[in-house]
Amino acid sequence: MNIIITIVVTALAVLYAGLFKAKKALLPLTLVGLVTALAFAVTAWDTNIVYYGMMEMDNFAIAFSSLIILGTIFIFLLTQNYFAEHSENVAEYYTLILFALSGMVIILSYTNMSMLFIGIEIMSVALYILAGIRKKDFASNEASLKYFLMGAFSTGFLLFGIALIYGATGSFSLDAINKYLISNHQSVSPLFYPGMILIMVGLCFKLGAAPFHFWTPDVYEGSPSLITAFMSTVVKTAGFAAFLRLFGGTFAPLHDFWMPPLLAIVFITLFIGNVTALFQKNFKRMLAYSSISHAGYLLFSLVTLTGNSSNNVIVYAAAYTFASIIAFAVLILVKQKTGGDGFESYNGLAKKNPFVALALTISMLSLAGIPLTAGFIGKYLMFLNVMTEYHIYLVAFAILNALIGFYYYLKVIVAMYFKEGPEVELNAPVQYKLVLILSVIITLVLGVYPAVILNLI
Amino acid sequence: MEQLLILLIFLPLAGALVTAFTGNAAKYVALVSGLLSLAVGLIITAQFVPDASTQFEVNVPWIADLGIHFHAGIDGISLITILLTNVLIPIIILAAFKHEYPKPQSFFALILFMQAGLLIVFTALDAFLFYIGWEAALIPIYFICAIWGGKDRIKVNMKFFVYTIAGSLFMLLGIIYLYLQNPADNFEIQAFYQLNLDAEQQGWIFWAFFIAFAIKMPVFPFHTWQPDTYTEAPAAGTMLLSGIMLKMGVYGVIRWLLPIAPLGLNDWGSTVMVLSVIGVVYASLIAFTQRNAKRLVAYSSIAHVGIIAAGIFALNAQGMQGAIFQMLSHGINVVGLFFVLDIIFSRMKTNTIAELGGIAKTAPKLAIAFLIIVLGSVALPGTNGFVGEFLLLTGIYQYNIWAVVFAGLSVIFGAVYMFRMYQQIMLGETNTLTAGFRDIQGSEQLVLVIICVLVIALGVYPKPFLHLSEASVQQLLEQVNQKLTSVK
Repeated sequence: MNIIITIVVTALAVLYAGLFKAKKALLPLTLVGLVTALAFAVTAWDTNIVYYGMMEMDNFAIAFSSLIILGTIFIFLLTQNYFAEHSENVAEYYTLILFALSGMVIILSYTNMSMLFIGIEIMSVALYILAGIRKKDFASNEASLKYFLMGAFSTGFLLFGIALIYGATGSFSLDAINKYLISNHQSVSPLFYPGMILIMVGLCFKLGAAPFHFWTPDVYEGSPSLITAFMSTVVKTAGFAAFLRLFGGTFAPLHDFWMPPLLAIVFITLFIGNVTALFQKNFKRMLAYSSISHAGYLLFSLVTLTGNSSNNVIVYAAAYTFASIIAFAVLILVKQKTGGDGFESYNGLAKKNPFVALALTISMLSLAGIPLTAGFIGKYLMFLNVMTEYHIYLVAFAILNALIGFYYYLKVIVAMYFKEGPEVELNAPVQYKLVLILSVIITLVLGVYPAVILNLI
Repeated sequence: MEQLLILLIFLPLAGALVTAFTGNAAKYVALVSGLLSLAVGLIITAQFVPDASTQFEVNVPWIADLGIHFHAGIDGISLITILLTNVLIPIIILAAFKHEYPKPQSFFALILFMQAGLLIVFTALDAFLFYIGWEAALIPIYFICAIWGGKDRIKVNMKFFVYTIAGSLFMLLGIIYLYLQNPADNFEIQAFYQLNLDAEQQGWIFWAFFIAFAIKMPVFPFHTWQPDTYTEAPAAGTMLLSGIMLKMGVYGVIRWLLPIAPLGLNDWGSTVMVLSVIGVVYASLIAFTQRNAKRLVAYSSIAHVGIIAAGIFALNAQGMQGAIFQMLSHGINVVGLFFVLDIIFSRMKTNTIAELGGIAKTAPKLAIAFLIIVLGSVALPGTNGFVGEFLLLTGIYQYNIWAVVFAGLSVIFGAVYMFRMYQQIMLGETNTLTAGFRDIQGSEQLVLVIICVLVIALGVYPKPFLHLSEASVQQLLEQVNQKLTSVK
């Protein structure tokens, strides 16, 4: 609870600091608040405090909270001068990001359906506004509107599902629902099944899993890159954790029922994400589609529910988050210098910026899943997980998709190293360098010695 | 003792790191690192007891929760490949001395990084470690070929990369499957040997591994990436690919494929044998028609590897020993051939055979060296190629007489196209292009002398090398045969 309070208080403090035009204080204030929240999260390890049957800070919630808070810190480090280009009111954006973060902590730790809904709404409403912060920009407006409409739509599904499950079980509490499922295993109310499917659809919308992914590319492309980075890493991780908490825990007794539709979603998500990413000429859009395919790999953990599922997800999510942050950081730098985010903007980048190019290369290799990077360990765990029940066809399919992935992730490496281009110098600011260095270190450490987080939860 | 193995693997890695930050002195630093590795390799050879045991063993938990260990060791078969790697790397570095590559520090660091990956592959006794080394060797060579290669390098290397990684992903699938079958929950090679898999399971495992290895070697019909990649790569890249990297595939078959899935071999061995022999004949015929010398050598390499593969799948001591020895001699010869072609290319800016001629007149030293290497690669008695090829053909003969007829034919083909190439490039009258050809000097001379000495020394007195691997090969074959007879 103190994590959420810290984040919200920080958000309000930032808002007031903005009111008094203390622009210089905004970023330090935010970072101090987030670091405090992170410290609270780390010290709460193994305590398992339950808050009035609404939220539970178990290790699962703490591990994911730490990951998303760390991710948010990195993203804040990248904000230097970023929002100032778009607007005068920087403080509002900081506050909105922090509010979204507080919503995410709720959906990591909920033990009650109503908290799931509240958390998702706190998170989403802030994100709708953030997607549209470039008020004068057509694409940004489009992104915001699309995101809002689709989000509202999917919330409808989610609520309808929650209502049906309430009708079947008479409770919002995850514990009570789980107990109901276990005691009435043979005679689960017919209301329950459509309720579950509707919740699945609602959450898949939020995650951007196919066939509910149509909003993602447009929203990711239209939003400011930094917000896209936030949405495709931190928000996605949180959404996935919420999914896992519900289906991997509460609904686990009905695994046999919801697994086939989930399997279908996994297949479609992997295929559509990868194949469409292959044809993109724009780096940002490529990342958007590839993030769809990563949602597919993450869903692998639910295909076979083992004791390690949540751990596999956190390894994968960490690998994906830090690699993506590198990618977006470089994307922002390149966009500022060259004004474009097509692949051709990266031509010849390695000549003058060896470090940035190396960082982006490691990020791409990690996203593609090459050994000695975190991404490989993540993919390996997912494959291993699915193989334990011998879904070999699924793994073979995933391998084919991974191959397609290599192809498009290499594109940007090819552009940076092998093609000639205008030799621009990026002059990355100190904060950017810090984020790149830390993310590269995390990616490599997790790749070479993943034992540090393997048995966390 | 085990410190030596740690040193062997991590020395190139340290060398790569140092080289990456040295700027223009990179080539000297890299050469020193290569020579130090060679020294370590020679010390290991000197201390090695030529019996079937695994020596210098290191076994420490790496990712304990997943059953992954850093488990490596050296037996006779590994030792030959380690020697090959550590002898060829300094030669390849030295061969690159005359080139003015942009960003030399990255270039040489990548070579050393690749060396570390190769050494992991050749010593790994843990399947996961093997896989890591397998990929770790691929990434640097991709960058070497794609950054410093010819004008078609991007497209060609994309094909190469996706092709090889496709193979290795299927191998990963096989490794995960074996791990799940293993009650001990680890990736130990000995545990994998002991697994009780039925013929169907072994058939699948066989193909999962074989495709990865076949793409690397490459065996027909998985070879289509090879000629283009060899042609477009910078000289050092071609030498690394043909001299050392393709031996990863051969080594993988011997170390992993045969002992783990002998029943798979039982069912599919004849298919693979036919593929290998088709590859030999097919590649030889295509080599005839090549106008570019580099492509000709690339195809001849496919033919040689085809014979090596056939020798292994014949599953007898001669074939296996021949394959191991031929790995060594083919590595040396093919590096020599590509180096000579690189010398010619860097002076004449062409490798088209018809445009050359009469170089022997202006460069007698080069002509002699080239001749010795060509003789080695066409397996003239008294050269290293003869020993390996003779053993291989003996082994294949015991397996099937028709296979040896076709495989043997390729030796004759090989002699014809290699000599024809030599004749057209080196002999005859000089033309306007080749009249001003400078003879070899300095580092070029040094490299070629070393290679020629190796060609002849291994040909005249191969016994110590054959002796190194003999016991391990015997043990391996016994293991495989035992598993085969216990089922029958």
